[in-house]
Amino acid sequence: MNITRRASAGTMQSSDLMVYVEPAEQLDIQIESTVKKQFEHLIRDRIEAVLRQLAVTQVLVKVSDRGALDYAIEARVETALRRAAEA
Amino acid sequence: MVIQQRLRRTLLYVPGNMPGMLQNIPVFNADGVMIDLEDAVPLSEKDAARTLARNFLVAFPDRSKEIFVRINGLDTKYALDDLRQVLPGRPDGIRLPKADDPEVVERLDTLLTEYEERLGLEIGYFSILPSIESAVGVLNCVKTAQASRRIVALAFGAEDYTASLEIQRTRSGEELLGARMQIVWAAKAAGLQAIDSVFADANDTDGLRADTELVKRLGFTGKSLVNPRQIEVVHDVFRPKQEEIDHALEVMEAIKKAREMGTGVISLRGKMVDAPVVKRAARTIRTAVAFGLIDYELSNEVIYGQE
Repeated sequence: MNITRRASAGTMQSSDLMVYVEPAEQLDIQIESTVKKQFEHLIRDRIEAVLRQLAVTQVLVKVSDRGALDYAIEARVETALRRAAEA
Repeated sequence: MVIQQRLRRTLLYVPGNMPGMLQNIPVFNADGVMIDLEDAVPLSEKDAARTLARNFLVAFPDRSKEIFVRINGLDTKYALDDLRQVLPGRPDGIRLPKADDPEVVERLDTLLTEYEERLGLEIGYFSILPSIESAVGVLNCVKTAQASRRIVALAFGAEDYTASLEIQRTRSGEELLGARMQIVWAAKAAGLQAIDSVFADANDTDGLRADTELVKRLGFTGKSLVNPRQIEVVHDVFRPKQEEIDHALEVMEAIKKAREMGTGVISLRGKMVDAPVVKRAARTIRTAVAFGLIDYELSNEVIYGQE
């Protein structure tokens, strides 16, 4: 999947997250979270899993997390990527 | 034969695009929930909501309650994507908005069959809860109720219905009476449950109680809800009262005596007890047993007499 433009998904409500994506030369993931200390590596794992699944290798992903569970992280990242790839 | 249907007193709407609400589904004590992809989700977020709902369903396969998904109407460009995304998460059923005629239910039935084949599920796995929410829907609902074997209940959508009539919805609800009766008749004639509309003001507990007591008297078996705070009130209204249970048990004792005397009718404190009275009492007892209020074994011989 090719990322051709900027897009975002999610909300800043509790248990949710905002995901911003934009085209980039390489893979870059930046995470802000209310639970960053404990969970940053797990959030990163979830983001990378979705990127692999959708075969995205060149993108900048910025995440602002409000304590979202795995299923929500994966959903928001997927939605943002699909929006950024649409023609 | 009496088919024991699942209790559906309370079906709570949960907005499909709010993780904070979705992940509370396991702890809500409603009989069922309806994950909403339709009115609670703005057009710009349809894609996000269906992806989130699907991921939630896949992540929480152990269900303590029935889960419906309210998709967008089959006349919109969103409905097919809704189904494609959420059905692999195996919800129990689909709440179909704008079920204006039997044809739209038949169309959904065909689509569900295709997905069941694709997903390797038994045919009939997904149920349908058609929502009657317009004048034409009310007029057609007798046939709509019989359009598919997947239908478990008819639901009423009073907000859209009053909009279609270009009238105000009032707190007391006189304007809904005709439509409600038609829906109850259509449901009962088809052997289905009838689920009444939401009561939108979550702060008006007295109004909710009065509205629920009214629809219970009319024949509805449950209600759609907009707020978890409404669950307990509705459960309380549908819970059989102690005096109703006591009376039903007295009726059973009276009819037992009547049968012993070789008759099917007897007087209980001056009031006639015959077959329909016994049937109603049996229903009260069954409901009380289902609520865990009493322990009682009903025998068909007592209810219907010996052949």
